[in-house]
Amino acid sequence: MIQLSANHLLYLLEAARWTIVLSLIAFVGGAVVGLPLALMRVSKSGLLRVLAGGYIQLIQGTPLLIVLFLSYFGLGILGYKLIPLIAAGISLTLYAAAFLGEIWRGCIEAVPRTQWEASDCLGLSRVQQYAYVILPQAVRLAIPPTVGFMVQIVKNTSLASVIGFVELSRAGQIVNNSTFEPFVIFASVGAIYFALCYPLSIAARTLERRAHAGR
Amino acid sequence: MPADEAIVRIENVVKEFGPLRVLDGVGFDVARGQTVAIVGRSGSGKSTLLRCIAGLETVQDGRIEVCGHAVGRPGSAARAQLRRDVGMVFQSYNLFPHLTVERNITLALTLVKKESKGEAKKRAADVLGLVGLTDKLHSYPEQLSGGQQQRVAIARSLALQPQVMLFDEVTSALDPELTAEVLAVMEDLARRGMTMISVTHEMGFARRVADLVVFMHQGKVWETGPTAELFANPRTAEFRQFVGSEL
Repeated sequence: MIQLSANHLLYLLEAARWTIVLSLIAFVGGAVVGLPLALMRVSKSGLLRVLAGGYIQLIQGTPLLIVLFLSYFGLGILGYKLIPLIAAGISLTLYAAAFLGEIWRGCIEAVPRTQWEASDCLGLSRVQQYAYVILPQAVRLAIPPTVGFMVQIVKNTSLASVIGFVELSRAGQIVNNSTFEPFVIFASVGAIYFALCYPLSIAARTLERRAHAGR
Repeated sequence: MPADEAIVRIENVVKEFGPLRVLDGVGFDVARGQTVAIVGRSGSGKSTLLRCIAGLETVQDGRIEVCGHAVGRPGSAARAQLRRDVGMVFQSYNLFPHLTVERNITLALTLVKKESKGEAKKRAADVLGLVGLTDKLHSYPEQLSGGQQQRVAIARSLALQPQVMLFDEVTSALDPELTAEVLAVMEDLARRGMTMISVTHEMGFARRVADLVVFMHQGKVWETGPTAELFANPRTAEFRQFVGSEL
């Protein structure tokens, strides 16, 4: 048994860096895939709506853990051996896209129908209506729930530990295995997650209050 | 009225929402420069008719023609033509809340009419002058009163220089004082010769400004005629009752 030391804490903090990296990958990837999903969900084309809706239902109805297993072990068996970071990044992107797509669809639909009609009567094309009238208003509505969802992403990156990716949770397990100080170690791990998430929660709340005040 | 002067022709228009027949064979013509007031009780189909003329609703039967072009035909060219010909002002103003008054007006000028920023801004200042709000150029809609917002909405439509202006109960959300300032702008427009079709509850405005009054009842044009004549001699019991209840 090794004595718990400051080095261990340092190790945890370094691993937290990977939690942040993975969170950013998930968020950026989720946004890049999620925005088209949201637009497909409000599209005039029934086919696009069904495709996007089906994808969202599928991902939202599947545990993220299973998606991780599929992309790491499943693809591995099929001959596509991904490194854990990539497998986790893909899984979290798929997961975040489904939720962000649905959050943003709600925000687009929350822009009053009359804004469509007014811009239609002024002669704007559908693309112009989205670009200049609808999406700018939807973005304002979307910021608080989006920042709120980022908290979920940060916490869910911990699942990547099960495929051997050494982020914060996995690092905690490793340190615990050699020191067996679970209370101290996992409390520290929890505290680091909290330090990452709390500012996001506060930001989400502040932004939401500001959005309401702006009405 | 000679038929060839008609700028808006409405013939036998039928509009149904599911099993509900909202417009049941509506027809009348509007001559260039005329001001038409469409009046009637709630649910008589008058707003729906206006929305059909604006191309916001499709009709099941009949024909609407604006400036010689049929409304509601499929195809973006037909739609673009309609948008050039017709301006629409809504009950709820529908300004774009995230844009300044100036940008509300210049948006379509730069995007649709492809005007330069300079031209568009100049025109925005011009039309705001017409509605008496030059000093609000850089305000946001939420900083304006309802009456001011509605005047901006009118200016925004005017900036596109439409042939016909449609007004859908534009003062219904306003208190009497603000109603008066919006109606003053509309009277001014009528005097300048703008062709206007206005769905309104303001009988005073209809009497004072409209050349033609169309009284709608149960999805039909129940009674129509030159304003003074119609109000002096209502032919149907429904219109008599309606005029009576509005006094």
